[in-house]
Amino acid sequence: MSTATHPTAHFDLQPTDGPGKEQLLELSMGPQHPSTHGVFRMKVVLDGERVVRLKPVFGYLHRNHEKIAESETYLGSMPYTDRLDYMCSITNNWAYALAVEKLAGIQVPERAEYLRVITGELTRLQNHACLIGFLMQDMGSSGTPLMYAFREREKILDLFESLTGARMMCNYMRFGGCRVDLPAGWLDQAKKVVADFPRFLDEYEQLLVSNEILMDRTQDVGVLSRELAVSAGISGPMARASGVDYDIRKVDRYSIYDRFTFRVPLGSHGDVYDRFMVRLLEMRESVSILEQAMRDIPSGPIVDPKMKIRGFRPKPGEAYGRIEAPKGELGFYLVSDGSPNPYRYRVRPPSLINLTVLEDLCVGRNVADIVAILGSIDIVLGEVDR
Amino acid sequence: MVGEGILKGMAETARNFFGSFVSKDRLTTVQYPEERELQIEAARDFPFLVYDGADWQQGMRCVACQICEKECPPKCIFIEKSKDKKPDANGKPQFYPAVFNIDISVCMSCQICVEVCPFDAIKMNVDYNLSTDDRFAGLLLNKQRLSKSNDYYRKIHPTEATAVDARLAEERARQKAKAKSAAEAKAAAEARLTTTAVQPASGEPR
Repeated sequence: MSTATHPTAHFDLQPTDGPGKEQLLELSMGPQHPSTHGVFRMKVVLDGERVVRLKPVFGYLHRNHEKIAESETYLGSMPYTDRLDYMCSITNNWAYALAVEKLAGIQVPERAEYLRVITGELTRLQNHACLIGFLMQDMGSSGTPLMYAFREREKILDLFESLTGARMMCNYMRFGGCRVDLPAGWLDQAKKVVADFPRFLDEYEQLLVSNEILMDRTQDVGVLSRELAVSAGISGPMARASGVDYDIRKVDRYSIYDRFTFRVPLGSHGDVYDRFMVRLLEMRESVSILEQAMRDIPSGPIVDPKMKIRGFRPKPGEAYGRIEAPKGELGFYLVSDGSPNPYRYRVRPPSLINLTVLEDLCVGRNVADIVAILGSIDIVLGEVDR
Repeated sequence: MVGEGILKGMAETARNFFGSFVSKDRLTTVQYPEERELQIEAARDFPFLVYDGADWQQGMRCVACQICEKECPPKCIFIEKSKDKKPDANGKPQFYPAVFNIDISVCMSCQICVEVCPFDAIKMNVDYNLSTDDRFAGLLLNKQRLSKSNDYYRKIHPTEATAVDARLAEERARQKAKAKSAAEAKAAAEARLTTTAVQPASGEPR
């Protein structure tokens, strides 16, 4: 357990053979390890089973996203943002659209805001459900919880497909609104899915929350202190599990989140179990936001009529748009020089920044705990490497 | 109690196992090659070119304006504009694409070409049986392989196609009305010319 208040600097690992170091073993976990959620590698120095040092190695999935975006038009980068965190493409679209709207001063019609909230919260539901499934999978519960989560995710992805045409690469938001309006019957179908969702949560809670194996594996494992979480810039459910009351939906009140009543679940220990519980409780709050949004959704235009799809050139300036993505604070920083493509395009990925404290969480724990800790951080390598 | 979690888990598994015999919506999978789920209407994978009428070369809506080529984010479209003009479905002479290639191994199905096309010439297909053993030529679709009839488009995206057809018909009617009024104006001008030509001859006193 670490008591530091800043993330450990990652030095190159020292040779493990030398006087006094005969007991140490350097092990490479990944990049093709099934529990690393993609192509992620950890150089781990072990003393027996115990982790002495850990160095994360990433970049295997680097796709030059930011540089490509600087040579694309503003709209041309929108489908690329789907590929950042490919589990929740809609919230990525949203953050990017928000940044461009701030840059160009575009107003979003009310119905489009509701559509954004509905699709965004559905994304949060499926991301958290999957995360918990994967966490159980990582800890050795081979498949069953994951398949339950995937069953629920499938219903939400079906909704996305009938709305946007694609299950994962939705490409749904446009600057000043959304791309398509709801097809006939979509809202009723979505209401049914949302109404059924708590049944899945009950099932999960009944199975997992007081399961003694889960409690053994997760409680007091990978404790992240409140101070370290704040100073390392951790955001999202991971920070809230450590007791940091920081939810951008409440802090910024972007879009129309000030119209909904919802609570922000906070943890008090900051261990893997708290991160798991915070996500479970957050899903209940998302269900309540969804119910309110689907009850209140007005009719009207879904995109700013002044917005043209071609020839978009914002005035020179800069803007930072951020939202509470399922994994944490997702921000896009844009600098415009008045040309059709951004001068600078920068993504603040929650996964990468949450990953920086991995060594602090893992040192002193067993190898098997690394897997659980990494699972609870909730990374997607598409976003870490970009 | 030790083992309580395991018992709970087994009970849940059993409930789902037997439940799948009772309620059909618990069965979420289908036997794929024999059974196929219906495609959702909004589904999209790769673009195709729409043509009107029976002949794909005559009825091609694309006028090779190359907007989609420019706007395509991964730059998977290649167009070569024709040197000559051919009459389109309305009988108006237009350029046409001499070469129109889409490399679907590069395409990422983002639908931006569809959104920017001012002529409703390019639309998204739903055909997913595209695997081939030829990784270069098999995935580089040329003009002929891309062309699909408007009837096909109506079949795969009925709602969208109806809206597009209505829009195009309106556009056509407007053009026809414009042409008609232009012709009428021309005729009137000619008539005026003749009357003005006639007037001096009538010798109206000033």
